[in-house]
Order: sequence, then C-alpha cells, then structure tokens
Amino acid sequence: MCGIVGLHLRDPDLFPRLGELLTGMLGEMEERGADSAGVAVYGDPRWSPPGHATVSVLDASAPADELATALTAATGAEVSVLPLGSTYVVHAPGDVEPLLAAVRAAAPEALVAGFGEDLTVLKDVGHPRALAAQWGLAEAQGWQGVGHTRMATESAVTPSGAHPYAVGPDQCLVHNGSFANHATIRRELRARGVVFDSENDTEVGARYVAQALADGLDVETALKGLCAEFDGFYTLLVSNRDSFAVVRDAIACKPAVVAETGAWVAMASEYRALAHLPGVEGAHLFEPEPERIYAWTR
Amino acid sequence: MDTMSSTQLDLGTLSLREVNRALHEMTAGEVAVTNPRGAHSVAAGLTTPLQVTIAGHCGYYAAGMNQLADVVVDGTAGVGVGENMMSGSVRVRGNASQSAGATAHGGLLVVEGDAAARCGISMKGVDIVVGGSVGHMSAFMAQAGRLVVRGDAGEALGDSIYEARLYVRGRVASLGADCVEKEMRPEHLAELGDLLARAGYDDDPASYTRYGSARGLYHFHSDNAY
Repeated sequence: MCGIVGLHLRDPDLFPRLGELLTGMLGEMEERGADSAGVAVYGDPRWSPPGHATVSVLDASAPADELATALTAATGAEVSVLPLGSTYVVHAPGDVEPLLAAVRAAAPEALVAGFGEDLTVLKDVGHPRALAAQWGLAEAQGWQGVGHTRMATESAVTPSGAHPYAVGPDQCLVHNGSFANHATIRRELRARGVVFDSENDTEVGARYVAQALADGLDVETALKGLCAEFDGFYTLLVSNRDSFAVVRDAIACKPAVVAETGAWVAMASEYRALAHLPGVEGAHLFEPEPERIYAWTR
Repeated sequence: MDTMSSTQLDLGTLSLREVNRALHEMTAGEVAVTNPRGAHSVAAGLTTPLQVTIAGHCGYYAAGMNQLADVVVDGTAGVGVGENMMSGSVRVRGNASQSAGATAHGGLLVVEGDAAARCGISMKGVDIVVGGSVGHMSAFMAQAGRLVVRGDAGEALGDSIYEARLYVRGRVASLGADCVEKEMRPEHLAELGDLLARAGYDDDPASYTRYGSARGLYHFHSDNAY
C-alpha cells in the first residue's frame, strides 16, 4: 500500500490552516503505511521565508547551531538552521544553489531531502501521526502541501527511502505503487550523470521527472514520458513551484480520488483523508482516469 | 436489538465495529447510518432483510458480502462496493470506485453514477446495473450474472469472460480477449427490460448491444498462448 495526500489551496484565507488540514489528511492515511512518512510544505513563512532559499537536511551529524555557524562562514549570508524532528530546515537570504552547495560540503554525510525557494520537506522513519506532531506540522502555513505514508516494498525502511522525493528545485513527488524497471532507468540516468541517494524505485521516478524538467519539458510532457518509460504500478502526485499534478498507470489499481472546490484542489488515496476539508460536501469529487495527466496551476 | 422501527446509527459517535455489530444483531427494520466519512466496510456482512441507508460517502467494501439486506449508499462508494454479495440489493446514488460487485454471487447492485475500472470483476451470478459508464477491464473473468451499462464501457470489456451476459447501451472502447458481440434475441430483450425496471430505468432494451464469451479460451489451444 502507501498513502498519498495533497492539498493545493486557491483561497488565501485558508493558507494559515494548511498545516492543520494536511496533518488531518496524513493521519487518516496512517493505516495505508505506518513505517515512514513525509510531507512537503510550500510557502511556510517560518520554514521558507520569502526571499530566502531553503534546504531540508536529514540526519546531519553536527548540532544545528554549529552547522549554522559553519554555513554562515561558508556562504557569507546569515544562515538559520531550524531543527524539526531529525530534519534541519536550513534557510538563508539569496539563491538556493550556493546554499545547497554549502550544505553538501559542510554536511556530506547528510541527506538533502528537498530544496527551493519556498519548499520545506520533512520525512523520516516512524508513525505518521507521531512524526507530524514532532514536526509541528499542524502549525504550518502555506499554499500547497503534499504528504505520504509509506508501507515499504521496494527498498529498506530508512529516512532516504521515505517519500517525498524532492530532487529538483521546488519539486516534489510522492508515489503509491512500485516501479518494475527502476534499475534499468536508474542505470540510464546514472550514465547521464544523475546522482542517486538511495536504491528506492520512487527516487528513479523523481529523478526522471526532474531531469525532464531540467531539459525544459513541462510537467505534463514529463509525466507522459514517465508513463511511456516506466513499467509498474503507480499513482503519483507531482508538485512544483506553481503546480500540482496527478497521474495513474494504465492499470490504475492504486487508488486515487480528487476533490475540487473554488477554494482548493485536494487529492488522496482515499476519500476519508478528505472528509474533514472545509466545504468537501459540495466538492466535485472524481477518480482520475488511467494515464491521463491532471494538472492544476497556481 | 430486534425492531421494526427506524433506527439511526451515527459513525460520528459510534465506532465502525459498534455500528456493524448493531446492524448484525437486527433482524428487520429501517436503519440510517450517518457520518460514514469514507470509512471502510460500512454495513458489511449483513444477513437479514434490513433496509439500510448510509448517508454520505463510503470507503472500501461498503455492504460487502451482503445477504438479504437492501443497502443504499447516498453518496459515492470506494473500492469493492457490494463485493461478494450473495443476495439482497446495494444501490449507490453517486459514483463507485474500482471493483464494484467483485466476485458477487447474487443480488442486485445498482450504481446510479459511473463505476470505475474492473466493475463486476470475477462476478459469479450478481446482476449489476450501472447508470453511467464503467472503466476498463469491467467484467474481467466474469463467470455468471448480468452486467448492464447505460453509458460507455472502457478498454478490454469482458476480458477472459466465462459465461456472464453484458449489455451496453453506449460505446465500448475495446473488447477483451474472448469477448464478442452477440445477437439480442427476444429472451435477452426480456431479461434486460426486467433488469432495467428493477433498477428503476425505462430505457428501450433494443438500444443495447449484448456481449459475451466466444468460449475460445475454454480449451487449451496453442494459438491462445501469448
């Protein structure tokens, strides 16, 4: 199994409630996978302040204050390191690339869980509800959020095996299912110089999409390419700096339900994860069709 | 609990197990189940002629394994609504997710909206009437029963079908292996008219096309190997 949730807010009045709504969605999907969980939050003013770059770092060995000092010295910018569970949310004024390079140099043992202008990624091994409480997810704000509860099948239960996979700037991918030919595609991407953090099948999908976007394709074209190249079962939720997209494989045995109102678009593995959303009783509710790409843009 | 009066069971205050246990202890009467909020297995395993209405959207396996009861889902239903039903009826007022009526042996399943992929997969005698369209691989390996689709059918309808009869009014995207179009004889028009009437529709049976098994997969033939 595995559970997926995502919430794309259209009504700014709901931005302060993003974390609260996402926490409820994630907790409801705990029964679909309780070995690991993760979230991506777009636009939280404390985690990813406007004008700052943000890098989410897992399992860094140095204490947060020491890492902040080292990064401030390395970049010349005022770097903040906020510990949330076992993730450090690192942010600083300026562009993301120099901050990302400094983080990789200062904490080479750590896993970069995500990076971008307004994206924070938190993921770990553990029960989804307990992790959400550790992260203080209910207090998070923002315009878009994605979550995943994992029941591992294709790779080990480790923080690097947890979703989301946020391997391109402000991008994020979560997956319910399994890719059958991930080893082949991983070899092809490695031959192109793409570096992997894990042996996980989903990471291959995320790297494939990131590479396609870096090559200049739009999300829809990238996902069409994924449908053509990847064998296996998948419901995917792919978010980007301005968009939110859902795609399912041709067999479509992995569930998905979308609800849409004037105030928000939400997607989840099951309706029960949406039952608490404001106005859901009047939402347009549908199941995405196989191999059709559904995308919403901010 | 043994009552003919109307009973209300609120999933907002009672646990799923409490609600299902209360339903299992009743032998007759009308019951309204409120606040399902997408819960799984609501009103599953009923064995008596209750009249149950579930007010809202249900999760997986709503009214699964039903015997004798008449269950209405006043909302959408998740995966496997009415799966393995033996008798009675299940009516979904909205859409149903995949595998509606899976493996069901008897009774009547009506989905007023659309049913997603694999509707009637491995059906073994159930009658299914879908007001809208059905997704891909519906009636996959169907063994007995009737599937009526008032709208369109997705890819690979009736793949590897044994003996069920399929009636589709709209377009069929493609037929699965060993599923073929068949002649509508008077007995088919009559049984389809009866099924539509039981489901509450008055379409002209002659506007439907019948599909069923070519029986080419019943015996081994080297040309059947892929």
